[in-house]
Amino acid sequence: MNKAEKSLYEIREMDDLAAGDSPVHRLWPLSKFFVTIAYIITVMSFHKYDLNGLFVYVLYPVVMFQLSGVPVRTFFRKMRIVLPLVIAVGVFNPVFDRDILLYVGKVGVSGGVVSMVTLILKGVFALMASFILVATTPIDDLCAALRMIRVPAVIVSLLLLTYRYIGVLTEEVAIMTNAYHLRAPGQKGIHISAWGSFLGQLLLRSMDRANELYASMQLRGFQGNFYYREGKKARFADILFLVLMIAVFVFLRFFPLAAWIGKLVVR
Amino acid sequence: MHMADALLSPAVAGAMYVASGTAAGVSIAKMRKEEEQHKLPIMAVTAALVFAGQMINYTIPGTGSSGHLCGGMLLSALLGPYAGFLSMIVILAIQCLFFADGGLMALGANCWNMAFYGCFVGYFLIWRPMMKNKWFSKMGTKAAQRIKIIIASVIGCVVTLQLGAFSVVLETSLSGITELPFGAFCALMQPIHLAIGLVEGLITAAVLVFVYEARPELLREVDTSEGRGVRAKGSVKTVVIVLAVVTALVGGALSLLASSNPDGLEWALFGNKEAGYSENMGLDEEEFGIDSKVAEGAGAVQEKTSFLPDYAFANNDTAAGTTVSGIVGSLMVAGVAALVCFLGGFFKKRKRASKESGTD
Repeated sequence: MNKAEKSLYEIREMDDLAAGDSPVHRLWPLSKFFVTIAYIITVMSFHKYDLNGLFVYVLYPVVMFQLSGVPVRTFFRKMRIVLPLVIAVGVFNPVFDRDILLYVGKVGVSGGVVSMVTLILKGVFALMASFILVATTPIDDLCAALRMIRVPAVIVSLLLLTYRYIGVLTEEVAIMTNAYHLRAPGQKGIHISAWGSFLGQLLLRSMDRANELYASMQLRGFQGNFYYREGKKARFADILFLVLMIAVFVFLRFFPLAAWIGKLVVR
Repeated sequence: MHMADALLSPAVAGAMYVASGTAAGVSIAKMRKEEEQHKLPIMAVTAALVFAGQMINYTIPGTGSSGHLCGGMLLSALLGPYAGFLSMIVILAIQCLFFADGGLMALGANCWNMAFYGCFVGYFLIWRPMMKNKWFSKMGTKAAQRIKIIIASVIGCVVTLQLGAFSVVLETSLSGITELPFGAFCALMQPIHLAIGLVEGLITAAVLVFVYEARPELLREVDTSEGRGVRAKGSVKTVVIVLAVVTALVGGALSLLASSNPDGLEWALFGNKEAGYSENMGLDEEEFGIDSKVAEGAGAVQEKTSFLPDYAFANNDTAAGTTVSGIVGSLMVAGVAALVCFLGGFFKKRKRASKESGTD
């Protein structure tokens, strides 16, 4: 499978997941959206040494993963792209910050180690939250939600159309890449003599395609705006979910739950 | 260069959202004013093309590695800066949502680092001035245009990637995320992105030159007066060869120089003490662990840090939430999380079992 085929597969996978049915899928997209944003902001706002305060936040994605039935494995496969940069930034912390922050038994743990773990956890948590949002919300619902919070129509329409055409053009790239490699065995990538023409050909064809697309859209009365069907209505449960989760996030941000539970046992 | 949410503090992420949002607002207003709304399908297809184009590996001659396309310059050359910027936003949003490449809160920063520089700086400061000037006009319009397209693409990609990489460093440092001193972080990021920028620039140039040969009217600000189909001198290949030779010479000279000087990273770490890196980082000395007066040289730092373990704030509950009781509590939370997973799996299995028995 080449890279383009892999990404086609990934898009398809997300679409399939979003088309599923579970209590999480049924939630109002807008409240899911705001809860996700609130979660990510609170996670981001933790101090670099506040590992315990942050760790409690693992419960939200874990519960959501279980309720929605979205496989965690899919998520971990996706992390390979963005986690390296986070780790690359964090991995220097233990080198530069060697103050011992606490002792676990006799072993001293330096501030750098704590801040590195905190940084990586932050990365994983934030990604988990947005993954759950996208894996349980179809793109049309997500775009309708974006329209509801007044994201400009141009951007939302562009997002929908681009998403639609990514599938088409990525498939074309996949076919072209396969054809190229079958004719040029043993080559890793595109040879320099074809750098321009390979994508250039596709670009020219796509431009024609875009003009035909525009013509056909105009024939059907396109005036620069898409019309959306009446989106999902918010139920009482959706509002309750929104208010409750934000309250919990804010509460946990200031109340050291982990330390409090620990104290019950330790002393 | 996609930043994750973890690399930003909420304040910095918010500020970058405001910055990118303003640029997006200006772009939308401009498009509305110039009645370019009809461009929507073309923007979408071009954005999808750039997305798909990034899946293609281009072999870099003479090395085993491969490069990719630079979206910002290509989009602004084809669509202009405003439509190009909006298309880039959408690409970045899709990458962040469906491929976990980037982050929801980091999207503002990513748009700024990759789309703003690529589209606005790349177009207004590099692409347009380059296409408007009269350089190389002795060679004939066609050849001159080709060379100008190649130069604009390469310079554009290098400059915008350098700005982007610098912004990543700046944003991460302002967020107080990393202990890595500002100078050292720059020394890590800038050279890598210089190489990437060169390669991306050449690939982008190759594509744009091809478009120019076939359909010059698709490119912005390009002189289309001379008829198409005329083959001209000055191909990408010759430019690549010239650049490769220049790079080899400069690289060789630099590495000779570097071997007689201390390591670049070390220099960046300890050499520019006058600039006060701890201040740059927004860190006070206590948190940083290195007294800047003592840290005159690398040896002094090592000496200092090696006996620093005595200096611990093990019982300081307020400065850091990480305490022994906190760890015990965290372990218990982990236990609860594991229990939730176990229960979830248990109920799913039972549901599946009941479903199967129901269908039989």
